Amino acid sequence: MFSILVAKAGSSKDNKTGSWRSVKRPKFLQKDCIGCGLCKLICPEACIEGEEKNTYRPDYDYCKGCGLCAYICPKKDIEMILETEEK
Amino acid sequence: MKKFLEGSQAVAKAVKLAKPGVISAYPITPQTHIVEGLAQFVADGELKSEFVNVESEHSAASAVLGAEACGVRSFTATSSQGLILMSEVLFNIAGMRLPVMLVCANRALSAPINIWNDHQDSIALRDSGWIQFYAENHQEVVDFILQGYKIGENPKIMLPVMVCMDGYILTHGMEVVDIPSQEQVDKFLPPYNPPYKLDIDNPLSLGLLGDPTVYMETRYAIQDTLNNDVLKLIPQVSSEFESIFGRRTLKLVETYKTEDAEVILVAMGSVAGTIKDVIDEERSKGKKVGLLKIVTYRPFPKEEVFNILKQASRVGVIEKAISLGSDGPLYTEISALFSGEKNSPQISGFIAGLGGRDITEKTIQTVIELVKGKKTSCIFMDLNKELLWEDFRVI
Amino acid sequence: MKEVKIFARAGQGAITTAAILGEALFYEGKYTYAFPHFGAARMGAAMNAFLRFDEKPIRLRSKIYEPDYIIVIDPTLIESENVFSGLKSQAKAILAVRENTPQYKGEDSQVYRVPAEKIALEVIGKPFANTVLLGAFSKVSGEVKLESILKAVETRFKDKPQVLGKNLEAVRKGYSSIG
Repeated sequence: MFSILVAKAGSSKDNKTGSWRSVKRPKFLQKDCIGCGLCKLICPEACIEGEEKNTYRPDYDYCKGCGLCAYICPKKDIEMILETEEK
Repeated sequence: MKKFLEGSQAVAKAVKLAKPGVISAYPITPQTHIVEGLAQFVADGELKSEFVNVESEHSAASAVLGAEACGVRSFTATSSQGLILMSEVLFNIAGMRLPVMLVCANRALSAPINIWNDHQDSIALRDSGWIQFYAENHQEVVDFILQGYKIGENPKIMLPVMVCMDGYILTHGMEVVDIPSQEQVDKFLPPYNPPYKLDIDNPLSLGLLGDPTVYMETRYAIQDTLNNDVLKLIPQVSSEFESIFGRRTLKLVETYKTEDAEVILVAMGSVAGTIKDVIDEERSKGKKVGLLKIVTYRPFPKEEVFNILKQASRVGVIEKAISLGSDGPLYTEISALFSGEKNSPQISGFIAGLGGRDITEKTIQTVIELVKGKKTSCIFMDLNKELLWEDFRVI
Repeated sequence: MKEVKIFARAGQGAITTAAILGEALFYEGKYTYAFPHFGAARMGAAMNAFLRFDEKPIRLRSKIYEPDYIIVIDPTLIESENVFSGLKSQAKAILAVRENTPQYKGEDSQVYRVPAEKIALEVIGKPFANTVLLGAFSKVSGEVKLESILKAVETRFKDKPQVLGKNLEAVRKGYSSIG
């Protein structure tokens, strides 16, 4: 007899963790960005995309609102804003 | 072909015949000769296998876990401290349902450090989900390895197998053993074809988180496989083995002169041979003594053990392991079988041969005498009382 | 069933001695069980190797306490290891001896003295007494033919051709050293 043993790979994409975000979300200002990519590297959901400076942005379907990108940004170009604030 | 071989060499030859794709082990006495032999076969080009040198037994177990997860037949061997260092990974291997083959050269556990034989190391892993066989002689070790692969790799089983052989007594002892031909083994043991494996073209996740909603089911599934499927499969595989190799060695239990026995001794491993010699001597004096040898310890063949022992009036369980603070583990399990039974034999437990203390014919004769007396649960045999002190001493 | 107990220091080839003897008896259709017992498990420490042989498979796994034969590879162990203790009545003791080794008498056993190290030095060039004693054992015991011992030595040393011939000669010399 067997029970749960294996799962299809890649199934974490079905799990839209953006719904976990409750209070704040990051706002990428795209003003002073130097394109260092630290926000993309530190994101635990790997949901930030971007290559050039001032092009980085999160996928809110998966962003949990942890705030690490805002914390790490050397130019303070990411702000954590209330979910209720304007986009 | 019959050969006069050291036990470890016989193991290396048997494993070579099973053609594992990956072998990984870390040297530890008295296991070392086994993987030395295999390393030599690989180096000489006689065995096409990846021999992974590692820095610890934990890594050796992890390497064979990885190999099996990728669908490759594998082998490892260890002893004592090595086995318990592996223990974290061994539970994972069983939980991930990977049919690794491990030969345990049974050796005592530290402290005090001791390189000699007892069963404490593999008994400590009895709850891990591994199938465990205990061998009496070289022939059984060789045969159990070949049959163990076949049982573990059965797509309905998919569980790891530990073949336990007594350190030094079998690993370093030399005796006559029949090593089968490659043609015979190829006929018996097909290439490993697992129902699941890690494959980049067909990705899967293995070794997942099992939260409280699923964990119990995974445990139940292993328990069900062991107690139903494995117990049924062993005699089938054994018959198939017999039809090709002409002998039947792998059993759930083996009986020796138990039919009319008033006293039945129970034991595992090489000491069974010494007990058989003593039984012949007792029988020549008209004493009705027999032996129940537990070959398959996990899964524990409750029904067979119960049906054989119920005929006796006295049972003596001789074991090379102790659950400190309780009794011998085998004694406890056998006693539990007769709990609440009306015509239960009187069952006594004996601890013998720890850390290589020699189990002689005299030891067994003394057990037989004690079994006839008052019921006891845990007598240590052949103790030197002069080494037991009530107070702390420096010698 | 016959039992042989070999006394040596780790590194002197006691296990090889038991293995060759076991192999030789196996050629003659006997069942054999050869096994070592280590004490300190260090080169130079006193250790034993054992051999049982019989017409039927050997099941007994205990050490040997009352041997039919003893073979002592290192003369310095005769006293320290009390090699004569437990010998069966009419047992035979084969001792490697040096010039200064005292005359030992087994109480109820026959003692054979072999200048094995001296012979080995002459033949092999090194004081490895074990193959000499194997030849002596064949002659003293009559349990195993000289040819079987020679064949077993050939099997054992097949990967060491440089010492094979010398060891075969050592076996023969040991055999003929017994009057």
